[in-house]
Amino acid sequence: MFISFFYHLREAGLPVSLQEWLALTEALDRGLCAPSLLEFYHLCRSVLVKSEGDYDKFDMAFAAYFDGIGTSGEIPEEVWGWLNGKGKTKEELRDRMDPMNTADYDLEKLRDMLKERLEEQKSRHAGGSYWIGTGGTSVLGHSGYADVGVRVGGESRYKNALQVARQRDYRDFREDNIIDPRQFQLAFRRLRQFSTRIEGPKTELDIDATVRKTCDAGGNLRLVFDHPRKNTIKLLLLFDAGGSMLSYSRLCSALFQAVDKSNHFKDLKVYYFHNCVYEHLYKTPRCRRGDWVDTDWVLKNYGSEYRVVFVGDASMSDDELLRKGGCCLVGLYNEIPGIQWLHRIRDRYSHQIWLNPIEDTLWDFVFGSHSIKLVRQVFPMYELSVKGLETGIRKLLVSR
Amino acid sequence: MRKMEEQLTRFRGSGDYVASPELMYAVNVAMALEKPLLIKGEPGTGKTMLARAIADALGKELIIWNIKSTTKAQDGLYLYDTVQRLYDSQFGEGDVADIKKYIRLGKMGEAFTAAEQTVLLIDEIDKADLEFPNDLLWELDRMEFFIPETKELITAVHRPIVIITSNAEKELPDAFLRRCIFHYIAFPQADKMEEIVRVHYPQVDRRLLAQAMEAFYWIRDVKDVQKKPSTSELLDWLKALELSGADLDTLKTELPFLGVLLKKNQDVDLVNQVKARG
Repeated sequence: MFISFFYHLREAGLPVSLQEWLALTEALDRGLCAPSLLEFYHLCRSVLVKSEGDYDKFDMAFAAYFDGIGTSGEIPEEVWGWLNGKGKTKEELRDRMDPMNTADYDLEKLRDMLKERLEEQKSRHAGGSYWIGTGGTSVLGHSGYADVGVRVGGESRYKNALQVARQRDYRDFREDNIIDPRQFQLAFRRLRQFSTRIEGPKTELDIDATVRKTCDAGGNLRLVFDHPRKNTIKLLLLFDAGGSMLSYSRLCSALFQAVDKSNHFKDLKVYYFHNCVYEHLYKTPRCRRGDWVDTDWVLKNYGSEYRVVFVGDASMSDDELLRKGGCCLVGLYNEIPGIQWLHRIRDRYSHQIWLNPIEDTLWDFVFGSHSIKLVRQVFPMYELSVKGLETGIRKLLVSR
Repeated sequence: MRKMEEQLTRFRGSGDYVASPELMYAVNVAMALEKPLLIKGEPGTGKTMLARAIADALGKELIIWNIKSTTKAQDGLYLYDTVQRLYDSQFGEGDVADIKKYIRLGKMGEAFTAAEQTVLLIDEIDKADLEFPNDLLWELDRMEFFIPETKELITAVHRPIVIITSNAEKELPDAFLRRCIFHYIAFPQADKMEEIVRVHYPQVDRRLLAQAMEAFYWIRDVKDVQKKPSTSELLDWLKALELSGADLDTLKTELPFLGVLLKKNQDVDLVNQVKARG
């Protein structure tokens, strides 16, 4: 009967499935929820939300949906009972329902009713005084005035559901703003593609099958071999070590640690560049002259099966990207503009992404927004966050 | 209505476990709906302890299945000891024809066949392979599994209360999540923490506790600390402070035994730096 709440949650981006919804209705049918919005809130959250990353979304959606009946801490019992069909048999309930009306209508009516009550209560407050805690309306007083800053030391059981929801205690758990090497590492773990079982010789002893076969043969040894299953992903990581990247050093070092610790890649090559890629790629983040390899050599030696990940802010002056000799390091003159080097890399490899430590909402506004725009036309760009990395890695696994 | 109250009074925390009302609520909903309860939370928030507390509070046996990176779903159901059977056949010991003798039930099998309802804790499910939870869907749903070797169907006599903990090392598959009741244990606030400490050290000095807690939450709030100290570290620290008779007045400025709270060198350096800056 709450079906519109279900769709409301889904619209808010919560992946609530029908199965979970049915579990919720079952819980309501079995009377697991006292007639209070707070309990209803906890029930919904524990049955419908499966990640602390979604708690915040749920809080906001819940608050938005029940805003109308917000300040009433408790749903009046008769309404709740009516809602749950308590005290009446199912047949009676069905008789009362107009077959032409959807269940939605009932809810609307219910909400209106609650809203009315709320209005009533509000006016009583406005007309009366600020006293809180008289005549059993303390709950209302408490929650009603909390917003404008009059604090009442209420106990937590008086806290109403919307307040709990509005506190948004779980804001920090949103997946889009966690920075932690471990999280990155886990994201990288998804970057795997096990070799197809068809290719190559069977070289790995399948112990389980060997034991089974041997037993079947009455103890005479029968060896069974199988294809080895290995990750075939090779990764070419290109880090921007230019000056503007300094402010993101923690983020980048988290990413670097994560990649470094991921030992499941078949091959991992890391090189550095200064703002943009030219004819050399540096071997160390210090970008010292001479301590480099030719970019052409890299392109020649690392085949198209490598996945390429750029990490950089892509913010530079247009000259650095577009002009001959645009390289900003004194004494280095590049015959080919940086953008063409980027094109060469793009044409050589089929899977590549660019991770940008600048928040994606700011890409159009920060210093260097023009060069970011140009680079984005060459490579798919993602924000360097757990979320962005995950999306990017998905991109690395499928062909462009 | 009465039924509801009856349900909700089932679990109320236990003597040495302090549970928040929301957590108790989630536990009771999970029990009533007969669904597994998935518990997530920072290390040291008492996820594993919860199962023991539930078992104690309800007077039921607790069966713990510890998951490791090598654990397979099959391990929890049963193990067919083919090697033993092979040995026995070669040395002519035992009755090899009786396969049943070589079938050993795993932890889940144990919980299913127990004469009374048990509490089954599947600890740190995220340690195992990505596919692991999916392999258990049927068994958790239907509470039964089939042993082809003996053509036996093991069905749960009493549905065990299933508690699953996860450290969020891996994402769990959606199909699995849909079947669970979920609760995230948030890190305890100061007042709750005081309650927890008192459960462990009823005699702790009030001033020491107040000072130590203040320092503790300050360190947790220092930006960029990689491994934040948790409850167990606070308890150890209190013990160390108590035993050494640390000076209370300089506690916050000196931070003695910082190594008990912070396990990473970088974190210790960082906290010292921030402290020096004031």
